[in-house]
Amino acid sequence: MRKIKELIIEKSLLSSALVTIAVTIGIILVLSIEAFRFFSEVSIYDFFTDTQWTPLFTEKHFGILPLLSGTLLTSFIAIAFALPIGLSISIYLSEYAPKSFRKSVKPLLELLAAVPTVVYGFFALVVVTPFLQEIIPNLSGFNSLSAGIVMGIMIIPYISSLSEDALHAVPDSLREASYGMGSTKFQTAFKVIVPAASSGIIVSIILAISRAIGETMIVAIAAGQQPRLTFDPTVPIETITAYIVQVSLGDVQHGSLEYRTIFAAGITLFVFTFLLNTLSYRIRKKFQEKYE
Amino acid sequence: MNNLRKNRLKDQLFKYWGIFCTIIGLVLLVVFIGDILIDGLLRIDWEFITNLPSRKPEKSGIYTALMGSIWILFFTTIIAFPMGVAAGIYLEEYSKKNKLAGLLEINISNLAGVPSIIYGLLGLEVFVRIMNLGASVLAGSLTLSLLILPIVIVATREAIKAVPSSIKDASYALGASKWQTIWHQILPASGGGILTGVILALSRAVGETAPLIVVGALAYVPFAPENPMDEFSVLPIQIFNWISRPQHGFIENAAAAIIILLLITFIMNGIAVYFRNKWQKKWK
Repeated sequence: MRKIKELIIEKSLLSSALVTIAVTIGIILVLSIEAFRFFSEVSIYDFFTDTQWTPLFTEKHFGILPLLSGTLLTSFIAIAFALPIGLSISIYLSEYAPKSFRKSVKPLLELLAAVPTVVYGFFALVVVTPFLQEIIPNLSGFNSLSAGIVMGIMIIPYISSLSEDALHAVPDSLREASYGMGSTKFQTAFKVIVPAASSGIIVSIILAISRAIGETMIVAIAAGQQPRLTFDPTVPIETITAYIVQVSLGDVQHGSLEYRTIFAAGITLFVFTFLLNTLSYRIRKKFQEKYE
Repeated sequence: MNNLRKNRLKDQLFKYWGIFCTIIGLVLLVVFIGDILIDGLLRIDWEFITNLPSRKPEKSGIYTALMGSIWILFFTTIIAFPMGVAAGIYLEEYSKKNKLAGLLEINISNLAGVPSIIYGLLGLEVFVRIMNLGASVLAGSLTLSLLILPIVIVATREAIKAVPSSIKDASYALGASKWQTIWHQILPASGGGILTGVILALSRAVGETAPLIVVGALAYVPFAPENPMDEFSVLPIQIFNWISRPQHGFIENAAAAIIILLLITFIMNGIAVYFRNKWQKKWK
């Protein structure tokens, strides 16, 4: 009797765990089926080479490049802003700061990651853009610069916290050996600790990039809704995610070609983040083995 | 200048640069909250919370959105909490080191990195269309539950891992079965940690906008939901809607609604941190 009860419990727990597999299969199926229907009407060649994305206009073009360039541009700005600051914070907190300071600052910085992204969007549109317009007069009201910078602020804690964990995990014996040779903290940090923690730091950067590519609300609010193939950060653009939001807000008929465009855009986004996540998982696994 | 002094100077310079960067992060947080308080604090009064949305900014309130958020939060909790904890228990206590375990692990880590808007597309097709739930509270809650499931699972595993094995051994030595050990020993001992993770996951769900927009949540709902099949709006969508309007009055409304949303998020984070500290002390 007891054995049967135990078995039933184990199987029901297992089924909960299997839900996660079902979710992945669900995502892949849903995206592929709708994208397949999309590509039966639009040629894949056009999708990757056409330089215009105008599915909601009368003269339709289905080139993903403008959305892709918008996504990469905002993500690049975000990373360029967050990487130096985030890494400096992590090295400072791990190698220089007093313990008590580190303990109180880390949760505060992590609070930056807890702020809902729609709030960051507000910040980008209402505070950062007007401020930047004082410096760059021809900056458009919607632009990738301000959206990118605010996205950078949002991902600082991802980089700083995860990298700090990696730096902190480096055994103290390495530090002591380096100090014993007469190195300064700076030399120890950059020549010994950072190389030793490099895989953990790389994982944090990859996760930050993947986060930036998938970020939606900041770019939907502050970067505009004009897909264009450009790397000029001062003009309105549109990202893949912002396009999905734009279509979802409108009145698009289910089963129409317009409806399917969001799945074609979605699968492009999914493939990018999937590759980045898999890469970071691989590196993390290798890194764990190193210290065990 | 000799080498030694150069190195010391570099060391000092980097230290100040590090302090500067850390402070920038904190200053941005303060500027940011300060600005929103200035824009929106005066707008908050009882009527703002109890009024229905309206075309006139000064008459608009967040009642329907706030109620929608509470409904969504409630259903997301009762779906994601048991499922996530059960999966976490399975992976930590039952799963053997085989192919399935490896697959589950890499899969959960991958799901945690899938952009939230993709979950919206999944919810739109599966819950709204195939299961025919429409753009309802239930469809939204199911979508968000799947979104936070990986976070709950990871938190549960971490909390269970932290329980000393002596407790488990003692329970088995007394003749308890595996499930008895889990139910009477491991879960009570790891409860604080699990709760911390669940609350953090829910605080993320409260702030999610994109997946719910994709699922079809509306920006304008004249009534608060009365059952799980009703249409709904949530606070972040209401904020998004107000931000996209040109009149200045709506920007003020957005700031005021943001204050309420941040209050909810920060209180949830505070509770989570409280549980974490209380629970960490227990094992020392």
